[in-house]
Amino acid sequence: MDKSEKLAFSLSGILLAVFLGAIVYASVAKDIDVPTCITDMEPFAKDTLFQTGPDTYELQMVARMWAFQPSTVRLPVGSTVDLYVTSEDIIHGFKIDRKNVNLMAIPGAINYMRVTFNEPGEYLYACHEFCGAAHHTMAGRFVIEEGLDEPETEEEI
Amino acid sequence: MSDYSFKFSKSSKWLNVTLLIIPMVLLFIGIYGGLMQTLFRAGIITSDPFVGGDYYKGLTFHGVLNAIVFTTFFAVVIGNALVAYSLKKPLNSKIEWLSGILMLVGSVMAAITIFMGEATVLYTFYPPLKAHPLFYVGLVLLVVGSWVAFFNWIPKYLEWRRENKGKKTPMAVVGMFTTFIIWFIATLAVAVEILFMLLPWSLGLVDEINVMLARTLFWFFGHPLVYFWLLPAYVMYYVFMPKLAGGKLYSDMAGRLVFMMFILFSIPVGTHHQYMDPAIGAQWKFLHGIFTFAVALPSLITAFTLAASLEHAGRNNGGTGLFGWVRKLPYFDKEKWMFSYLITGLIIFILGGIGGIINASYQMNTVIHNTAWVPGHFHLTVAGPVLLAFLAGSLYLVGQFMNKKVRMKGWVTFVPYAYTIGLLVMSYGLKIGGLKGMPRRTMTGTSYANPDSLLYQADWIPYIEMSVVGGSVMFVAILIYIIAFFATVFGKAESVEEGATVTFPISEPLHDEEAKYLRNFTPYIIIAIILIVLSYTPVILDVLEATTGGSLPYSPDSPIPLR
Repeated sequence: MDKSEKLAFSLSGILLAVFLGAIVYASVAKDIDVPTCITDMEPFAKDTLFQTGPDTYELQMVARMWAFQPSTVRLPVGSTVDLYVTSEDIIHGFKIDRKNVNLMAIPGAINYMRVTFNEPGEYLYACHEFCGAAHHTMAGRFVIEEGLDEPETEEEI
Repeated sequence: MSDYSFKFSKSSKWLNVTLLIIPMVLLFIGIYGGLMQTLFRAGIITSDPFVGGDYYKGLTFHGVLNAIVFTTFFAVVIGNALVAYSLKKPLNSKIEWLSGILMLVGSVMAAITIFMGEATVLYTFYPPLKAHPLFYVGLVLLVVGSWVAFFNWIPKYLEWRRENKGKKTPMAVVGMFTTFIIWFIATLAVAVEILFMLLPWSLGLVDEINVMLARTLFWFFGHPLVYFWLLPAYVMYYVFMPKLAGGKLYSDMAGRLVFMMFILFSIPVGTHHQYMDPAIGAQWKFLHGIFTFAVALPSLITAFTLAASLEHAGRNNGGTGLFGWVRKLPYFDKEKWMFSYLITGLIIFILGGIGGIINASYQMNTVIHNTAWVPGHFHLTVAGPVLLAFLAGSLYLVGQFMNKKVRMKGWVTFVPYAYTIGLLVMSYGLKIGGLKGMPRRTMTGTSYANPDSLLYQADWIPYIEMSVVGGSVMFVAILIYIIAFFATVFGKAESVEEGATVTFPISEPLHDEEAKYLRNFTPYIIIAIILIVLSYTPVILDVLEATTGGSLPYSPDSPIPLR
């Protein structure tokens, strides 16, 4: 190997090491991670939303052909949601617009991520895995409002 | 060595010509589907003569025909050609025909089930969406046919090694063997998925399927699949391109190292497609992420080696100064039309490579997973360098095997530049649309891109429209190519004499080193298997532990299971 080749090789290695370091930093220091394996939760077939603390909620969401249940979730500003997603039939995808939440909804498995809404507004979640003829109509939204007393969910059938 | 000609048997020539022409027709059908998809997605059309109103049927044949059928055929044909040529040993043409017929029957079977609307499952065929059993059988035949082709090369390679002790295996053979070693290991997983899970379940022999397990086995295959696409293009870059440019391959050893690294790291990486999946521990996803970074290294080395080879060629051609050589390459030389396909592919691959590293970056994947960014990315790889190299190779090979002069060389040279511009526009639209949240695999035309819909997303529209503009330019470029391809096929033969031979532009190395430790595949295959076992055992165990129940089959048309 000649000198320039060795240099290119080393620089490539260093570049990748720096990227990998950034990933580890984000994961360890900033607690930004990907979904992991969940084994300690009972499978659920019905959606529920309940409050677990002053600003914290747990939402169990069910994806099915071709709707999310619930399809609208109203929460006050500042809410943190422990979000569990599963599918009742085939594979679906779930991503909240403008939020770093992106989950596959797979039958027989439960997926989890935590999300905090500090800004009021509407946050679309669209199904992003092909799930049949009406896949492109499968969507829902979080509606985050100031001074909302009662969080609520809606379903469209 | 470099300019020698090799005589293929007549039977072998006709087989390989058939295996180039039929997939070219299928590719064109698939590309037509691609154009229609951009129009569907923008809401410009709501039906087309081929698929009616079924966008997803069109999407399935676009993916299957272009990314699986066309690519597999080309990899087999260029292997049949380069292995025989470089080893100077004719292959067993009966086995070549057997492989070709298996592949053709399989592809036609799969294509028919798709057109009948019995296999609208996209090219990932995730259960519990169920396809017609013949769709799965067709895929199996296509894969088995490609294995047979590979098995036909192995004895010739071993024979050559015995006869040429102490000599380095020709680079083209190293590259093609690397491609098919990876392909063989990876397709074992999808063979298990299809034969033991999908097929019996589709036939009704078993009721239920473990969706996560099937999906994990698919991605065991799904990522190495992209190297199966990419590596024949790499072979053309390493073997043909320096010579076409007027120079030599900068480093022979770097090329060999790159191929061996692909064997090591191509496979234990599949879970990076499942970062957002449940039932797989984050630590194992991270491990696959590390290996994915390892497999980025050979591509970075390739970038250096090829750029250095081009610089060497440019200086040979009279280029001076720091960047003067850049202007001395045969971009528009009609006699070296193949160069234009390879250089545009390389430029596109800079963007494709950066996108790939972004996708592989663990939690950063959250931003783009399953958004339109992803097709934006892989059109810059498989529909960029891979397609352009395969188009160049197909035209070159068909000309060589049929002893025909390539027609419309001016147009042929122009095609990749037009295509590249279209591709960059389309992919930019898809990628930025994806960053704004636009999902992939979604018929936006009647929902998110429809102003009358409650789901209308105004800020996605400009990006959807960009993909229409870019996609149309790509289509026109390919149309010109297809015309030139068939003009060549049906043109008059150069000479009618029987002894016509085949020649390839084979580059010589500039730095030729011993590369003693890079001469034998076996140790690399063994290490690869160890890495695969280490990286996949915990993943499979997690999947089995964290999933409950099985899934009945579904049709894409109804939320009620099929039984």
